[in-house]
Amino acid sequence: MYQFSGKLKTIALALMVLGAVGIISGFLSTPSSVEEVKEQLHHAQNAHGGHGEAKVEHHEATDAHADHHTEASHDTHGHDAHGHADEAHHEAAPSHGEEAHGDSHAEHVFHQLKNRPWAALYVACMFFFGVTLLVLAFNAIQRVAQAGWSIVLFRVMEGITGNLLPVTIILLVLLLLGSAHVHHLFVWMAPGTVDPTAANYDAIIDGKSWWLNVPGWTIRAIVYIAGWNIYRHLSRKASLAQDNATDLVNYTKNFKMSVAFLAFFLFTESMMSWDWIMSLDPHWFSTLFGWYVLATFLVSAVTVIAMVTVYLQSKGHLEYVNDSHIHDLAKFMFGFSVFWTYLWFSQFMLIWYADMPEETTYFVQRFEEYKLPFLLMIPMNFIFPILVLINSDYKRIPNFVIGAGVVVLLGHYTDVFIMIMPATVGGEWFFGLPEIGAILFFLGLFIYSVFTSISKAPLLAKGNPFLHESETFHY
Amino acid sequence: MSSHYEAPIREPLVLGEKSYHDITVDIAKPIEGKANKNWYIAFTISLIAFLWGIGCITYTIGTGIGVWGLNKNIGWAWDITNFVWWVGIGHAGTLISAVLLLFRQRWRMAINRSAEAMTIFAVFQAGLFPLIHMGRPWNGYWVLPIPNQFGSLWVNFNSPLLWDVFAISTYLSVSLVFWWTGLLPDFAMLRDRAVKPFQKKIYALLSFGWSGRAKDWQRFEEVSLVLAGLATPLVLSVHTIVSMDFATSINPGWHSTIFPPYFVAGAIFSGFAMVQTLLGIMRKVTNLENYITRLHVEYMNMVIMLTGGIVAVAYASEFFIAWYTGSPYENFTYMSVGAATGAYGWAFWSLILFNILIPQLLWVRKFRRSFIASFLISIAINIGMWFERFDIIAIVLSKGHLPSTWTRFEPTFVDIGIFIGTIGFFGVLFLLYARTFPVIAQAEVKSILKVSGENYKKLRDGNHE
Repeated sequence: MYQFSGKLKTIALALMVLGAVGIISGFLSTPSSVEEVKEQLHHAQNAHGGHGEAKVEHHEATDAHADHHTEASHDTHGHDAHGHADEAHHEAAPSHGEEAHGDSHAEHVFHQLKNRPWAALYVACMFFFGVTLLVLAFNAIQRVAQAGWSIVLFRVMEGITGNLLPVTIILLVLLLLGSAHVHHLFVWMAPGTVDPTAANYDAIIDGKSWWLNVPGWTIRAIVYIAGWNIYRHLSRKASLAQDNATDLVNYTKNFKMSVAFLAFFLFTESMMSWDWIMSLDPHWFSTLFGWYVLATFLVSAVTVIAMVTVYLQSKGHLEYVNDSHIHDLAKFMFGFSVFWTYLWFSQFMLIWYADMPEETTYFVQRFEEYKLPFLLMIPMNFIFPILVLINSDYKRIPNFVIGAGVVVLLGHYTDVFIMIMPATVGGEWFFGLPEIGAILFFLGLFIYSVFTSISKAPLLAKGNPFLHESETFHY
Repeated sequence: MSSHYEAPIREPLVLGEKSYHDITVDIAKPIEGKANKNWYIAFTISLIAFLWGIGCITYTIGTGIGVWGLNKNIGWAWDITNFVWWVGIGHAGTLISAVLLLFRQRWRMAINRSAEAMTIFAVFQAGLFPLIHMGRPWNGYWVLPIPNQFGSLWVNFNSPLLWDVFAISTYLSVSLVFWWTGLLPDFAMLRDRAVKPFQKKIYALLSFGWSGRAKDWQRFEEVSLVLAGLATPLVLSVHTIVSMDFATSINPGWHSTIFPPYFVAGAIFSGFAMVQTLLGIMRKVTNLENYITRLHVEYMNMVIMLTGGIVAVAYASEFFIAWYTGSPYENFTYMSVGAATGAYGWAFWSLILFNILIPQLLWVRKFRRSFIASFLISIAINIGMWFERFDIIAIVLSKGHLPSTWTRFEPTFVDIGIFIGTIGFFGVLFLLYARTFPVIAQAEVKSILKVSGENYKKLRDGNHE
């Protein structure tokens, strides 16, 4: 039995407290009124000196984005609206001067700054949720595939999914706060978007309201989260019951449940990504999106399994885990990194190639406003893991796996950041206290719930019929 | 993998009381014996179809593409449908030999040889279409970036059709090398058994002087692993590039980011269905029932279910997003209400029936483990996947942006004749292969005999009790 050490528990709690402080400071530092934002912008303008050309350009970019969300337009995907808005600004800038320009702009920036602490929380929550969910799916795949190598890791994976319930509860609360209009991450939820008489009526969002409506969206969220958690609960129960069983009844039950779960997961994962991430940019769409989100969480999930395994092994808790098991995990990290890159590139390249306005805006904004993190993803998520993990010997060295894992996880956090931030805070993003605080909080929660869960059951799934294959596994 | 322990719960992969020698004899038998009447009948039919296809191809090239049913709005139809269909079929071979090797699936050993042969013969058929669908096929070599006398006029590397050239040719070369490397120990076995000098000479040539020393085997294993590692991204990228022929365009219904992984999943789906069809016959006529067992059939059906499920999610995504875009043009794509109710409704519903509904029968264990049911379902999938490609191409092109360009496509006898010809050609190659090549990788099957052979498993389990 694993004992959750007091030291680790303290670290986890400290992380949560520190994170909470960061999160709260993020909420406290948001401006309370548009006037305040105007003041700030004014200062920034002066600080930039005489004409502040770069800043003006930046304003236009964010304004264009605002129109993206608010301007009603009968053009199918609203790109022309961008064009007009940009032109209007070009013409307006010299004649109206800074003041008139600043008014609507300040309001827009105000909303973005208001969004920031929420978005920071949402990104971190989504990342840790996705990782946990995909560990659950990976575990289900191992069961369904009747893998012979990974049985000794089952309890590690099951332990990690102990984070699923807490993180999905927080996520659900965050989502419901959106439908209650406490935060405004989902612009299509704003009152008036589907009301033709309202000032912010959006014909495109209205056209999608058969899918993007608060009741339907909320019910779907509850269904997905309930479905995943029910499987996690039942599968864990069956797995523990198998430990002391003399027959394979529980094993068979678990196998069948896992098949059903994977079928459910295959559909709900795509729908989840449309509902919770793609709809942040309600004018944009991509058929690949669901699988792309899957890939980013999958590689992170395998990385987390590898890192927790290496940690537990270093503490002497995983008697039967040898370097072949680590090697296999590292191979999955390597393979899925390439797979993520394949899907990332497929989506990006096809949109870049055809350059159709309604899709391209998505990448234009990311490329212009998020250049550094956007470009940094490729070395972090592709080149680095490829170079470090292609060597068979290196894949067996725990330090290499940990090192590569840290970079991969940071890279995929960045990926989630790039998916969510541009739609919510636009050009007003910064990686600061709120973001770091949110990561630390969910990391603390992760460590706490995972190791609590691991300490509750023996680390060897004794009753599994493939256990001995896994114990003697050697590659 | 070197572990010699296997959980008793796993079913045996080699049935009967087989010894190493039995495996050799069983696999060499179809090659060393004489062909029977049925083989000659099948071969003759295939050959006639093939010759008929050659006739149609010659007629096309001699007269012009106008003999096909294409029109000025539907410039691609049966030609590219068949191309994508054949390339897709070819993907299962590499999947079985490369991906299943990476995943250490022992059951692949009885089917990888034939699956790879199928790959290569299917890519041959696929490769015909890019050539013969050209208006001026004699200028085909202009697609290659060769220095020339036109001021070194080069190709534009921005076209997915050019990427196709590189993808298909690389795919064929690597598959061929991978296949042949695996054949060396088996050809050596045939060489060593041959009694007639002529056969000995042939197999001596084919086996490259393989002598099976420890060092050779060590390198052989390493090469297989490296090639499998290379072939896996290759197999994904090849059908990805084929999918980009459509996805890079701006046609509603073609321009879809999900195409790359979805085409790959569809390729594995259809490829496995074809392997199922072929092996269903082969295990009977070559008496290899002890090697290609019910378990193999079930495992293949499971892969078919998985990839079929992935394809179903992709259809759902296509259908959903087409709706979600709010674009009126998306109402006429191959996965839309417009397609389901339009003039090509029959093609849409054939796709749904053959690809989505019928394969769901495989959830029933009885069907999954039945040779007859698997055979019939696999044929349904082959038909369904042909319709998928036809729908993507013809339905989308039949209703483009401008209503004044809306039209229909009707194939002529030449379109159909060429397709039949490729099936004949494929049959000719496969039938010849089955008579001259070891259709099961005996060296590999021998490596799992003592772990997964029925008699050895019984012996071991007896000791445990």
